[in-house]
Amino acid sequence: MNALFKYVVWIAIALLGAGAVGGIALNRGESINALWFIIAAVCVYAIAYRFYAAWVAARVLTLDETRATPAERFDNGRDFVPTNRWIVFGHHFAAIAGPGPLIGPTLAAQFGYLPGTLWILIGAVLGGCVQDMVTLFFSTRRDGRSLGQMARDELGPIGGIAALIGTFAIMIILIAVLGLVVVNAMKHSPWATSTVAATIPIAMVVGLYMRTIRPGRVLEGSALGVLLLLLAVAGGGWIDHHETLRPLFDHEGLPLAWAVIVYGFAAAVLPVWLLLAPRDYLSTFMKLGTVILLAVAIVILQPDVKMPALTRFIDGSGPIFGGTLFPFVFITIACGAISGFHSLIASGTTPKLLANERDIRMIGYGGMLLESFVAVMALVAATVLEPGVYFAINSPAGIVGKEAAEAVAKISSWGFPVTVEQMQTLAREMGEATLFARTGGAPSLAVGMASIFSSAFGQGMLALWYHFAIMFEAIFILTTLDAGTRVGRFMLQDMLGNVWPKLGETSWTPSVILTSGLVVGAWGYFLYIGVIDPNGGVNLLWPLFGIANQMLAAIALSVATGILVKSGKLHRAWVTGIPLAWLVLVTTTAAWQKIFSDDVRVGFIAAANDLSAKLAAGVLPPEKAAVAPQLIFNQHLDAWLTAFFVAVLWIVVLDMLRVSSRHLAGKPVPPLAESPHIPSRLVEDYVRD
Amino acid sequence: MMNPIGKYGRAFWQALRRLSGDDAYERYLRHHAQHQVSEPPLSREEFYKQWQERKWKGVKRCC
Repeated sequence: MNALFKYVVWIAIALLGAGAVGGIALNRGESINALWFIIAAVCVYAIAYRFYAAWVAARVLTLDETRATPAERFDNGRDFVPTNRWIVFGHHFAAIAGPGPLIGPTLAAQFGYLPGTLWILIGAVLGGCVQDMVTLFFSTRRDGRSLGQMARDELGPIGGIAALIGTFAIMIILIAVLGLVVVNAMKHSPWATSTVAATIPIAMVVGLYMRTIRPGRVLEGSALGVLLLLLAVAGGGWIDHHETLRPLFDHEGLPLAWAVIVYGFAAAVLPVWLLLAPRDYLSTFMKLGTVILLAVAIVILQPDVKMPALTRFIDGSGPIFGGTLFPFVFITIACGAISGFHSLIASGTTPKLLANERDIRMIGYGGMLLESFVAVMALVAATVLEPGVYFAINSPAGIVGKEAAEAVAKISSWGFPVTVEQMQTLAREMGEATLFARTGGAPSLAVGMASIFSSAFGQGMLALWYHFAIMFEAIFILTTLDAGTRVGRFMLQDMLGNVWPKLGETSWTPSVILTSGLVVGAWGYFLYIGVIDPNGGVNLLWPLFGIANQMLAAIALSVATGILVKSGKLHRAWVTGIPLAWLVLVTTTAAWQKIFSDDVRVGFIAAANDLSAKLAAGVLPPEKAAVAPQLIFNQHLDAWLTAFFVAVLWIVVLDMLRVSSRHLAGKPVPPLAESPHIPSRLVEDYVRD
Repeated sequence: MMNPIGKYGRAFWQALRRLSGDDAYERYLRHHAQHQVSEPPLSREEFYKQWQERKWKGVKRCC
């Protein structure tokens, strides 16, 4: 009876999910309720988790709950601590969930709602979740070693070095593009700028509170900080209407970019307790609170999705970023479906907390499902906007024109009607001077969220909700920026320490200043170029970030596939092999097109040549001609960087294939680095925490 | 006797303290007492400082 009931329930979930996905996919011409996206996602996740993840856990990885985890064996009360699985889940999710899954789907909505939705669902259940889970498992079986160490142990030194360089490179590009998103959100918006600026002293107050006034009282300090942040959002509105204060926070992109660069340097050099740690508490609470609020609001409001299923821009002519549906929807969504970055958290950090191997499915696979769900909600927030409004906010001035009338005429001519009055009214409601060409995804997401929140929780506060959303995005983008710069600094100190050991000392001030300066200089350069680029820079940097992130995912999947083959599980290696093959195909195609495409909006070399020709012919306006040599140099640099990413990707994949074929031919390969089986002493009835 | 709301509320509060690290020092003291270390435990200030430093040594936040 019980078994029968379970069958019926799962069949019902399968039918409901199939109906929702089918409805989303086949709907044409009419608007579709956003609730269907939520239903489709939840049903797909439930089935994937119950059946596919369980099968991978039992048959491919063979999780062994009698085996002691590193947390149990090395329990030191500090970094190795056996922890309740819900707590580990919370830590893991807080670590993997960043701004990526909010921005990627917003940008990818230019293709229509369907490609993004399908890839977020399929990519997550077959790719991203599997990557996170297998990496977590293999690291747990290897005393919590990092991805780079596992690559070196299992494949050899080449794989190890590639993983290290890949991680460093992705960090630089990631910080640059996130910095650009914040700069674009603050550009000529005194309200947003003052609110974001206020988060710095607020974080410091909280840091001081937790350090000296009430040491270690994290929750008290965080509550105080959240309260101050909300006051800062309201106070920003007051500054926005204040005649003398307003100009202090009203800036062009370039000075804001410099401010972000100086801030990044300060954050990397200052002690963690003063800025980074308190900011992270605030951003984690804000992030979780806002994501839950958004889910509740979508369920209450059930808004209609106004974007068509597919737009004409699948042909590659999209205004937000150039490039055809394949491969660029996959490169753009990135984090919401497969994020290579997660493999850095899933190895090294999370395994040290796992109390039992059976928790791996929930934390590795389940954590990524939740991240993917965040991406679905971001997509909903972008597609409930009128498409004309969405394109007006996200299209750079270099594509649709600087003048409002010009921009609306162009966007309307694509079949997405929008008027200047409509945009002006919207900007006024949101408390902004203009919403035209506010690229980067953050403003359009904030408009989407503000309309959903204000409709669900009371009208009339659109401007407050908008700036709340901007603050929420900015605060955890800046956390990623702080933390990333710091990690980059440690990695660089580690690398330079091989040349001159003194530089490897993480607390030697000259080394700290030098390496922080180098890391900030590297991402600062790309941020600077992104800001002066007339096409908005996101067009340039986001694909680069997507390629880097998918490259890192391919490294993680290569390590996993190599280990599976070496463990005698060739017949199961497709579980990681198929996502790997797909990533190699997508990333290589995208990289090839970014380098060699004749389309000046896609190919870096074509864009550089086009700009050189225009510069030589003297047809550029003077302000463009002034920056043209830098832009040309940067296009070449980006082309080389892309080539480098794809080369690293292929080196690791070929190295994995070399090791695998040697193993299958019976030749010697690096032995499996799995630590020996020690039975767990945490018995079944042990109350974990 | 505890009503269900109180019970879940308590569990939620404990999870929140645990996740945020609010109870890290208490857990440290417990661990210290259990393992009979010869040195006296760190003060709350000193422990918190080391805990923060350790927490931010590696990749702790993602994109």
